[in-house]
Amino acid sequence: MKRLHGFFAFVALVAMLPVLFPDNYFVTVVGVTIGFNIVLAVALNLFIGYAGQISLGHAAFFGMGAYASAILTTRYGWSPWLAMGVGLLAVYIIATLISRPILKLKGHYLAMATLGFGIIVNIIMVQTVDWTGGPDGMSGIPGLEIFGWAVDSDLRWYGVIAVVMLLTVLVSLNIIDSRAGRALRAVHGSEIAAQTMGVDTVRTKSQVFVFSACLASLVGSLFAHQQNFVSPVSFDFFVSIEIVTMVVLGGMASTFGAVFGAIVLTLLPQVLVVFDDYEILILGAILVSIMIFLPQGLFVGMTQGGANLLRRLRNRETPARAGADG
Amino acid sequence: MAKQRFVSGLAAGLVGMALVAAPLQAAETIKVGTFLAVTGPASFLGDPELKTLQMYVDEINAEGGLMGRQIELVHYDSGANPKKAVDFVKRLIQRDKVDVIVGGSASGETMAVTPQVEKAGIPFISLAGSIKIVQPVKKWVFKTPHTDRMAAAKIYEDMNKRGIKKVALISGSGGFDKSGRAQSLDLAPEYGITIVADETYGSKDTDMTAQLTKIRATDAEAILNFGFGTGPAIVTKNIRQLGITVPVYQSHGVASKKYIELAGDAANGVRLPASALLVADKLPDSDPQKAVLMVYKTKYEAKHGSVSTFGGHAYDGLFIALEAIVRAGSTDKAKVRAEIEKTRGFIGTGGVFNMSAEDHLGLDLGAFKMLEIKNGDWTLVN
Repeated sequence: MKRLHGFFAFVALVAMLPVLFPDNYFVTVVGVTIGFNIVLAVALNLFIGYAGQISLGHAAFFGMGAYASAILTTRYGWSPWLAMGVGLLAVYIIATLISRPILKLKGHYLAMATLGFGIIVNIIMVQTVDWTGGPDGMSGIPGLEIFGWAVDSDLRWYGVIAVVMLLTVLVSLNIIDSRAGRALRAVHGSEIAAQTMGVDTVRTKSQVFVFSACLASLVGSLFAHQQNFVSPVSFDFFVSIEIVTMVVLGGMASTFGAVFGAIVLTLLPQVLVVFDDYEILILGAILVSIMIFLPQGLFVGMTQGGANLLRRLRNRETPARAGADG
Repeated sequence: MAKQRFVSGLAAGLVGMALVAAPLQAAETIKVGTFLAVTGPASFLGDPELKTLQMYVDEINAEGGLMGRQIELVHYDSGANPKKAVDFVKRLIQRDKVDVIVGGSASGETMAVTPQVEKAGIPFISLAGSIKIVQPVKKWVFKTPHTDRMAAAKIYEDMNKRGIKKVALISGSGGFDKSGRAQSLDLAPEYGITIVADETYGSKDTDMTAQLTKIRATDAEAILNFGFGTGPAIVTKNIRQLGITVPVYQSHGVASKKYIELAGDAANGVRLPASALLVADKLPDSDPQKAVLMVYKTKYEAKHGSVSTFGGHAYDGLFIALEAIVRAGSTDKAKVRAEIEKTRGFIGTGGVFNMSAEDHLGLDLGAFKMLEIKNGDWTLVN
């Protein structure tokens, strides 16, 4: 259970925030946005960070889930849960179908293919006005109800998203420490070596891609019900890039790195609005300095730095070595 | 000394408590919240809107404020992103506790925040175009710009006068374009007009001759182009390059000097519906709007350069809200909302507003002027 200590500390933090600050905008409103982003980043981190692949089109799956829920509930009057399930199934099928051909590609080519996929899906959202409402989006999406308990306030949404988010983090932590997780890391290290060890690399990559897409779809459905509105801008290329940035900023191949990246990248713009016109300038400067001084990512860099510092304090005779191997 | 300090401390404490205890005291500011697309693809909307709001709030405060209270403008840049807009509107409502919201440059972000505004019960005046914002009527949501449906109606009215029956439609792929196209198709039968071609182009296309060649092959008596940005300017140029001579109509989306600059000589003869602001100095003195328009134009241009109709929407929104607060005599949200709904005969830059429980825009077709571009300048069509 020792490996889950960090997780339990995180659960305690997430549970305590709304108790301490029940009406705080940064907890109940920004917190929900952070929750969405954590799920997306943690899911993508499995594919990018652990399996060492790249996807620049992940917002497409997020959007598909959202639009499936939006269209089925508003135009056909389906129950939100049924719509969410159908959206999930659709994304599962689509992701499975495209994963085989797309994952034969590597590096830049994989980046281009996923990028193209994301843009095509976004164009469909913009152009099929009769279905999606086009660029102006769709409104009137009903809220969510869990066994008669209406999720109708920011605080309640915080609770729902917190549970989904924590489950995602827990699943991610467990996958990494399972056989599948070791296979993923083997694929990351060297595909040929992994194959000689008996890992079905194509299947492994495809599984994690589809799993990550399904999580994005699920959170997309929740997003549609929470916002009561969807439009293509929320699922465009820049959103895909933002999720990748969260993973890289926090630190690749670290679940809590992705969590941390999502928190920082969602919270910073909200905090920096007080600087008005200089907001983007300061945000850019912060991101650039993080990448220069902590190239492994914020979370990974800081924890490693902390560990190194401890080690250096313990055995002072070899301070230079300890610092260099981080 | 010590006693004196204690007494003054006590006094300060009491004053402080009184301030906390009586939040509706006269000295408190009136908080106007706004979220605008100051950066991003719709910045040409948000930028003049924010400048207009700031200019007038500063001016009112310098003159002593409204009902003896200063006005505080709380602004967030949404970048026309609906998700951001929703978070910022919640921030305005929950954290900044604003009294009224005037903002929302684009239709998408306005539609996105509508559920939040309705739930919180706060008067909201949108500065975006789509007719969907006020139809069906939402209790707390109002808007000031003319709708795309009105633009289409105004254009068809002018076509009827000229005896044009067959129209070729060409539009872009943006939100404004798509909404305008839908309204144009929907309204055509009412005016006895047949749409003989319905072409579209991408928002970043640099050449529309393919679509226009198709249109040339039809028996269209006029071309109607719904769009904004560079698209309409390219369409206008391409039409002349292909030697098409039928009348060309544009929407109010091109109502800025930029369009004339981009399209050059090809723009001559193009007709479009627009707010009277563009031709303020050419209006007859008898026009009720003239005085208001000239004052706004002079003030804005003295500070920020060429005036645009978008800033005008912000002027209308701000003053409709402030006048409602004065009439209500307080910033009580329900009272202010009721007073906004009772706005009658408000002369703004967009026209004369007459709102009602069924009409949260309050403009009629008369608010649009039909303009024709002649020698690189706007002229009024009578």
